[in-house]
Amino acid sequence: MKLYEYMGKELFSRYGIPVPTGGVAAAPEEAEALAGQIGSVVVKSQVLSGKRGKSGGIGFADNPSQAGELAAGMLGTLLSGFTVEKVLVERKLQIDRELYLALTIDGAARKPVLLASAQGGMDIEEVPEDLIIKLPLDVTIGMQPFVTREVTRRLGVSGPVARQVADILLKMYKIFVECDAELVEINPLIVSDGQVIAADAKVTIDDDALYRQSGFPLVEERTATEKAAHEIGLSYVELDGDIAVMANGAGITMATLDLIEYYGGRAANFLDAGGGAGVEQTARALELLLARKPKAMLINIFGGITRCDDVAAAFAYVKQNIGIPVPVVIRLVGTNEEKGREILRENGIEAYQMMHEAAAKAVQIARKL
Amino acid sequence: MAVYLFADTQVLVQGITGNQGSFHARQMVKYGTRVVAGVSPGKGGQDLDGIPVYDTVAAAAERHRLDASILFTPAPFAKDAAFEAIDAGVKVLVMLPEHIPVHDALAVMAFAKSRGTVLVGPNTFGVVSSGKCKIGIMPNQFFVPGKVGVVSRSGTLCYEIVGNLKAAGLGTSTVVGLGGDRVVGLSFIDVLAEMEQDPETEAIVMVGEIGGSAEEEAARFIKERLTKPVIAYLAGKSAPPGKRMGHAGAIIERGKGSFAGKVRALNSAGVPVAELPFQVPELVAAALGR
Repeated sequence: MKLYEYMGKELFSRYGIPVPTGGVAAAPEEAEALAGQIGSVVVKSQVLSGKRGKSGGIGFADNPSQAGELAAGMLGTLLSGFTVEKVLVERKLQIDRELYLALTIDGAARKPVLLASAQGGMDIEEVPEDLIIKLPLDVTIGMQPFVTREVTRRLGVSGPVARQVADILLKMYKIFVECDAELVEINPLIVSDGQVIAADAKVTIDDDALYRQSGFPLVEERTATEKAAHEIGLSYVELDGDIAVMANGAGITMATLDLIEYYGGRAANFLDAGGGAGVEQTARALELLLARKPKAMLINIFGGITRCDDVAAAFAYVKQNIGIPVPVVIRLVGTNEEKGREILRENGIEAYQMMHEAAAKAVQIARKL
Repeated sequence: MAVYLFADTQVLVQGITGNQGSFHARQMVKYGTRVVAGVSPGKGGQDLDGIPVYDTVAAAAERHRLDASILFTPAPFAKDAAFEAIDAGVKVLVMLPEHIPVHDALAVMAFAKSRGTVLVGPNTFGVVSSGKCKIGIMPNQFFVPGKVGVVSRSGTLCYEIVGNLKAAGLGTSTVVGLGGDRVVGLSFIDVLAEMEQDPETEAIVMVGEIGGSAEEEAARFIKERLTKPVIAYLAGKSAPPGKRMGHAGAIIERGKGSFAGKVRALNSAGVPVAELPFQVPELVAAALGR
């Protein structure tokens, strides 16, 4: 779960990382009032996407009414697909230097990694590789002072600035571990008149650890259908085609989408019903898919833990009680395959054995309609 | 030979009295796996079809040689259970659960490394040396002995491929599920290196997917070090960038981890990539000169 910048900065404040004086506004008057207290401000739209500066999501104001106007122009608008519901109003700071610091996880090394650069302020993807300092961290010792000394040495900062950067690194690591973060990023970390301040905050909390992280309000990035699917324990992603897809297992679901594309069709979604989905869960998944009114539906089940008869029974239940108004192609093999096929036969469906044949058939049906 | 698991491997099942644990412990026994003990805190003294259940791994280790363990523990308790097994000295630990917090996984990996334990997963279906020992949740009937080693990031898709191989008369030596999480204990490279040394494995099938750089790193390794033929299948060709396809790692971010890039890397290492899953057996048969 990504946090909005203002939430990340509240977190930074709580851990003692300096952030600019400011506050959040949900209405132009609130922005105006904040600017009245602060003076010259920067107004930043709060959306979960980078590149706000380039798309008009950030502006500067020298007086309260200007700040109010800026906020009015941002609030309610769509920025990279997200509606701006809040703006952050902060003191405008003199920038002497811009640095970059981040903690994230290096999957290949199976370790946290510290990233730092003296070229802060720009998209880190655009910074040349040799200007990025990359230090793998050992979780058994965590962030130690010697690591911070090496970072400040390589960043070329010294004296009080180095001491402040080192202190911020230790606190970032504390956040990283205590808040189950996958990413803690400050870009830019600015040096302003000798003070080191986090001018931005990007924090992502591990979804799998949210059960033990109660301190964060839920930030919603999903569509209504994606949310409903998540609530019944399914992994669902909306796509823009017309063939609804359900399969069991992330890899085989992806492969099913690939086959649909291979035969010239377009999938309406990715839906991994997971391993061991029972009748009720499967029935609800089918309902969700039908609600989006696809032209055809493709169900691809390779039964391991998932039982073919459960899937067939769920299908029969939905067909009899809710109705399935679209043509359905089913591929069914594995655990309890015969029982499953029989249930489907009773419901007028002959299941396929090979997944590519089923995919080709689904595409053919969707095209004819 | 095979890799990681052998006919005499003695297996512990952690969380053996739970729904999944008991069902799959029985399936493993049915397959021929030597499940010698189970652990469920508070259930010590019970048994599952004659398999003794202990309160702690240490208690089980007093009575049995434990070569490997599999965790069916719920995700919030998986770190503790993994530490317990590693501390007791198991050589192979299969971390089955999904949704384990990544910081927990990192801590387990560091500890496993310090003790020399092979960590498989998390979020894996397990490992099977066909006809000898299965530690995991894969359906028994598809895993028949043969010469093909298989290493996969995803579960059901791997069964699909192994099922296709079996239908074509090709059995498997060892099949390893790396796991669908972004950070997992074993990499393609680790498994390829083992299979290269295994006299029983004559060809290797890699089942990968979009996201991350595991396939690209494997391609480099294959080019430099592998003599055995490798065939690949990759899922996610049609996936749009920025959408996470179920697995934590299956996402194309900032143009990295794309299908095309992975195919390019593998092809340049001499690895053919099957376009459709059912084409894998043909490519394997060709590589084996059949």
